[in-house]
Amino acid sequence: MANTQSMCTSFKEEVLTATHNFGAAPTRGSSAADSFKAALYLTTATVNAATTTYSGTGEVSGTNYTAGGNAITSWNAPTSSGTTAYTTPTATITWSDVTLATAFDAVLIYNSTQGNKAVSVHTFGSQSITAGTFALTMPANDASSALLRFA
Amino acid sequence: MIVNTTKGKMDTSLLEHKSGVDENDNERVEWTEYWLEGELVHRSVHMTLKKFTVTGDAVAATF
Repeated sequence: MANTQSMCTSFKEEVLTATHNFGAAPTRGSSAADSFKAALYLTTATVNAATTTYSGTGEVSGTNYTAGGNAITSWNAPTSSGTTAYTTPTATITWSDVTLATAFDAVLIYNSTQGNKAVSVHTFGSQSITAGTFALTMPANDASSALLRFA
Repeated sequence: MIVNTTKGKMDTSLLEHKSGVDENDNERVEWTEYWLEGELVHRSVHMTLKKFTVTGDAVAATF
């Protein structure tokens, strides 16, 4: 037998369910999953790893788009494969009948239960929408492609 | 087929239709446009995210 320096895979998975707390943490009213939202940002915005909370600065605006974005209805239960823990929203996020005339290229995922704290920023090719639908389908929920992965 | 446009709901038979697919390692984009007398009156996009690094960065340059 030999010992191996490791970040335990179970820990990575448990980070996704707020099982561990190394510092001051929010008091939770229940064990239910938090609510998350997805907001779209203009190509001229600056959302990145330094983003700490949702902000309307640089967010898209237009007909039928609600500031703050759309709710993410649910997530796959956090799990792991190999040494990677991961999760992905279960459904496509859809903005219907919107006009987003100014080009956008990023979506911010944030926790609307916990003070709109930022989770991740995902960029893509610049888009605009005219009296139409923007549907954002999630990647496969696996260790190599899931939206949120801790390897 | 009736489609929502900047002019209200219109029959697609009255409009010029354009569509396409753009794809890279990061995402697949299916877009549909309807034009009326040279004016874009509808554009929809269905984007499928494919993969991000564990840090959330895109794996491919955007197109």
